[in-house]
Amino acid sequence: MAAFFLLVALVGAALGYWFNGSAVFGIFIAAVIALIYISVMVGRSTEVVMNMNHAREIHSATEAPQLWHVVEDMAMVASVPMPRVFIIDDPSPNAFATGNDPQHAAVAATTGLLQLMNREELEAVMGHEMSHVRNYDIRLQTIALALSAAITALVNFAGNFWWLGGGRSRDDDEDSEIGVLAIFGSILLVILAPLAASIAQMVLSRNREYLADAGSVELTRNPQGMIAALRKLENVQPMKQADPNSSALYITDPEKNAKHKRWFAHLFDTHPPLEDRIKRIEEM
Amino acid sequence: MNTTTIIILVVIVLLIAWGILIYNNLVNQRTHVQESWSQIDVQLQRRNDLIPNLVETVKGYSKHEADTLSKVTSLRAELSHVPADDHQQKMAVANQLTGALQSLIAVSENYPDLKASTEYSQLMEELSNTENKISYSRQLYNSTAANYNAKIQTFPANLIAGLGHFTKIDFLKAPEAAKQAPKVSFSDVK
Repeated sequence: MAAFFLLVALVGAALGYWFNGSAVFGIFIAAVIALIYISVMVGRSTEVVMNMNHAREIHSATEAPQLWHVVEDMAMVASVPMPRVFIIDDPSPNAFATGNDPQHAAVAATTGLLQLMNREELEAVMGHEMSHVRNYDIRLQTIALALSAAITALVNFAGNFWWLGGGRSRDDDEDSEIGVLAIFGSILLVILAPLAASIAQMVLSRNREYLADAGSVELTRNPQGMIAALRKLENVQPMKQADPNSSALYITDPEKNAKHKRWFAHLFDTHPPLEDRIKRIEEM
Repeated sequence: MNTTTIIILVVIVLLIAWGILIYNNLVNQRTHVQESWSQIDVQLQRRNDLIPNLVETVKGYSKHEADTLSKVTSLRAELSHVPADDHQQKMAVANQLTGALQSLIAVSENYPDLKASTEYSQLMEELSNTENKISYSRQLYNSTAANYNAKIQTFPANLIAGLGHFTKIDFLKAPEAAKQAPKVSFSDVK
């Protein structure tokens, strides 16, 4: 998390230096933007995240009885309040949880998940999501998501500004070697920052997945259900409309198999390989 | 007052405050267990309310299952006559009822018309929902009871527990069949 804030500050510094000659000014602006993003996200994370992922809320058991009842069960046994429940119209099976704390949590499942899974497997998946809720992973992920979005916004802003012909005046006689180096460095940083942000987000996410799998088994007392659910999630089609910034939230990577991954692409994996997750449960 | 008296007084006050804290903690934990019992109770009641409807529906399609049906009905009646505070007895009858319902579901499988009716599939979802909630709230009850039991037996809380008459709470037993399969499930009935 600290790395994240550092990254925001660095981007700010680079942009500030670039446009205004003052790194401190840039850091200040970046901090303000990051704070705005975090407060908006933490306050309204459910709405924002659900909108980004085209989810619609259901309000009663009649709309999706099994999902609603399973979520009720898992909330009860995890001793957390009933979260809001959302459905995403997508044939690819997936699910995620979001929110700020267990009192303001929400879970979402795709229609594909509801079709593919039987009750025990759905319990395992929702148990996994409730573990994220109970462990406050959702808040961590929400803030990480806000910071990535803030970095993206800063960089986009810088890009637009640059194309519009803005930028630091070249007239001041600072074009010493150090100045050139600093400008070059800050350009490089601005290009690499979004990458670094996603790597940081992914590392944060991967270990949490193992924990949530184990937490789910603790709730359902049914490791077979979790294993069966994870097996069904292998080799499925990627989701159509998942928001790339939120992929860390999902139970499996929604963009998996979207393209052939080269080895370095695994740096960006938000989730450990499913085989490893299954193996860890089998060993429990 | 000399210093010694003050020190003794402070120690006494601290001891009392500490005792009160532990006492309140024990009361909280015991309340948790009682709350999880009321969860179970609500679900048992819900299931009892569902049964007449289920029995009627099954009756409409199957003529030869009078035994199974009457067993369910009589256990349902028995359950509502168990004294409210006898948790063990209530759970024992409830577990028998779970078993009777499972055999009712099993025989219903022989009637394709029944299985195909929407009323039946709605009842099945309601029933598996309630059965699952019973088993999950029992799990919750047992884990809160385990925490509480551990607390009243460990030093120093056991001193306060002895004074305040906090006694051990027995676990609730799962239905016999559920010992082989981890969870009661009607999930394949869609």
